[in-house]
Amino acid sequence: MVQQDKTADIHAVIRRGKRWDYLFAAIGLICLAFGLLTVLVLVGKMGLEGLDRLSLDFFTSYPSRRAANAGILSAWVGSVLVMLVTAFAAVPLGVGAGVYLEEYAKKNWVTDIIEINITNLAAVPSIVYGLLALGIFVYQFGFGGSILSAGLTLALLILPIVIVATREAIRAIPGAMREGSMALGATKWQTVRYHILPYSMPGILTGIIIGLARAIGETAPIITIGALTFIAFLPPLPLVEGAGLFDWVMSPFTVMPIQMFNWTSRPEEAFQINAGAAGFVLVVMTLGMNALAIWLRYRLRKNIKW
Amino acid sequence: MNPNQHPYPVKAEARKLNFFYGLVQALKAIDMPLYERQVTALIGPSGCGKSTFLRCFNRMHDLYPGNRYEGEIVFHPDNTNLLSTEVDPIEVRMRIGMVFQKPNPFPKSIFENVAYGLRVRGERNRRVLDDKVEQSLKDAALWNEVKDRLKDMAFNLSGGQQQRLCIARALATDPELLLFDEPTSALDPIATASIEELMHDLKKRVTILIVTHNMQQAARISDHTAYMYLGDLIEFGKTDEIFIKPRDKRTEDYITGRLS
Amino acid sequence: MTENSVTDNSWGGPAGRVSPRLAKNALRNWRERLIEGLLFCMAAVSVLTTLGIVYVLVKESIIFFQHVRIVDFLTDTRWTPLFDDAHYGILVLISGTLVSSAVALAVAIPVGTIIAIYLSEFATARVREVAKPILEVLGGIPTIVFGYFALMVVTPLLQRVLPELPGFSLLSAGLVMGVMIVPYVSSLSEDAMRAVPMSLREGAYAMGSTRLQVALKVVVPAATSGLAASYILGISRAVGETMIVAVAAGMQPNLTFNPMEPAATITSFIVQVALGDLPHGSIGYLTIFAAGLTLLLITLTLNVIGLWMRKKYREHY
Repeated sequence: MVQQDKTADIHAVIRRGKRWDYLFAAIGLICLAFGLLTVLVLVGKMGLEGLDRLSLDFFTSYPSRRAANAGILSAWVGSVLVMLVTAFAAVPLGVGAGVYLEEYAKKNWVTDIIEINITNLAAVPSIVYGLLALGIFVYQFGFGGSILSAGLTLALLILPIVIVATREAIRAIPGAMREGSMALGATKWQTVRYHILPYSMPGILTGIIIGLARAIGETAPIITIGALTFIAFLPPLPLVEGAGLFDWVMSPFTVMPIQMFNWTSRPEEAFQINAGAAGFVLVVMTLGMNALAIWLRYRLRKNIKW
Repeated sequence: MNPNQHPYPVKAEARKLNFFYGLVQALKAIDMPLYERQVTALIGPSGCGKSTFLRCFNRMHDLYPGNRYEGEIVFHPDNTNLLSTEVDPIEVRMRIGMVFQKPNPFPKSIFENVAYGLRVRGERNRRVLDDKVEQSLKDAALWNEVKDRLKDMAFNLSGGQQQRLCIARALATDPELLLFDEPTSALDPIATASIEELMHDLKKRVTILIVTHNMQQAARISDHTAYMYLGDLIEFGKTDEIFIKPRDKRTEDYITGRLS
Repeated sequence: MTENSVTDNSWGGPAGRVSPRLAKNALRNWRERLIEGLLFCMAAVSVLTTLGIVYVLVKESIIFFQHVRIVDFLTDTRWTPLFDDAHYGILVLISGTLVSSAVALAVAIPVGTIIAIYLSEFATARVREVAKPILEVLGGIPTIVFGYFALMVVTPLLQRVLPELPGFSLLSAGLVMGVMIVPYVSSLSEDAMRAVPMSLREGAYAMGSTRLQVALKVVVPAATSGLAASYILGISRAVGETMIVAVAAGMQPNLTFNPMEPAATITSFIVQVALGDLPHGSIGYLTIFAAGLTLLLITLTLNVIGLWMRKKYREHY
């Protein structure tokens, strides 16, 4: 009889436990749905709001005092050029640093400092990079509020991302690959050049794309270095009308997020519509890059089985 | 096999048990009884399916997707197939305890580790918990070593103590059947001896199924032994018979090959 | 070792000069070292970055503190650096930063933790495969877009429930910031929980636990330091976040702990000054470096604690 009561008791306990299980699973799904919903509402709101403005003219017009005529020509060109500088600086530096740390670095205090430093940099607020750039690039080096300053700033900002991605990709390569190459008499650099880098390239590429996607959406550090918000011209084309090959890097500029910020902070509703449209383009750019990276990583996991 | 012909009542019985990891069949039509208050040992080379078989009893395979059971494990006195989809694995695990290969104490105090199963069963009465924890630790021959530091983290115990703690944890809920999955393979010889001694005492109150790849251990502690090979149950019988004159050539090869 | 034992060597005595075919190739050796040096310099750039940050912030702050007493900076309750009657009480900016961060964390920590537990302990592989990219996407959205979202969607929505809410407020900026931080918290927390060995879970399941019991009584306690690290890195994100507060929280300095009010944060103040046209070296220009140094010190402290905790949970298993 007592035994009977006890089993009935346990049944009740299990039933209660399972109810909590279901309840929690439901809450978990709601939280996830909440995230998904945010993405959808966000993109949807900007898309709908800016729909009227999303025409070819929007992409080929300069900003204007009249909202209906304003476009993002200087902004998207600026973003592309800044990304070019960023990639040009961050890719060799990041990959080189990653290769050094994985393949060359000895286990000593110098290496420890570099490693701790990289993890720490990854968590420094982006606006602090802006202050660094303001002090060093803009004034110390005299680059001013130019594409070069912006590109280098963002390069430093995404350096940790590229380094970490490079290291992870390299670490996934089995040690036997290195030994195989070295056993054939290759030097360390030849091993890196002909084996390590090619095999880890997809992973590194993923990291670079994610880093650039992050850079293209960054606003704060670029505001800090004094990017202008109203630019009605494009940087000089190389070798045209007497311009040098690299004159464009010293040109004043604006970028997509700054253009959007500028329009968002205007009180007139017409500019808010422009902000929505610009935001939509910006999100499509970053999400497109992220999607590319995610796809690349997914494919990579499927293809390579060591 | 007719249970009535045997002097011991049957606690559980596998009938035509097949098990699949995805498409790979790991157990092939196993028929085997577990006798009440007896120690049954599963032996065989690595990968023969002995751990897989053991983990069917408390439905551990349900935790991972893609696993599939066929056939039955009939549990007495309920006379119920444990593998039936209508049976709740949680109910099963409430009555069948398990001790793992590597000691896996929870990140809690010694006391809370032993009290865990009772708390999961909704026990809140402090007196009951205290008594039960003390009794279980005594049953697991650990009480004298830990009685003054029940609030210490379980991680601070030695490997052998951790494993005895895991046994105490399993005993606290009065399981009807205890599954041991190579419980001493991560322990030194002295700790192993104390666990073996413990199992010997435990069989007075609980049915035991143990996987071991140490044949001397099987010979020392078990009443019945099953030899498995590549997912098949090759031979099952009284331990002394299996070890002294196995009926199957493969069993003999395995035993002599290793013992000689 | 004596001469004797060497000559006893059955391989025919001591080796002579190194055969030229086996000697070190000076050119190759030199080239390899050059490459290694070059790669080291690349790795050192990250250290230079840190040094540069510290150098710039400290250098400009020193000049700033020649004009403003540190005591005033830390205790004054007004922040009016651009007025004639200038006051430099950083507490005003810190209060805005604290309130917006607190609101953000009130969203991000529970939601992030629940998502992490759900993904690590409840979800099927397929749900995980869909959910994780979505969260990554959420984490990849530019913050200026979140700012727009706060201003244009969340504030009007909140105003329906709270009619007295102004157009700019720490509340709506904080809420949206919370959503932005969810992916950071959830992904780091999930990593920490996945690092808990399966054997621990099996032990708990074998005792007849339900999923939630396994998650809350075994996995979460085992992952505590990892969870704490994820929260701390979340806090550090919130404190350093700029554009959302710059767009949606208003930029007027306001010593308040009421999230229903608009206020400036350390970051939004820097943006505000940078948008204006301050001459290089003026006191207004210098304030942003002092503010930046404060921000760096806060986040650095948080990061160090976070990293230390993360290391702790890695050591455990």
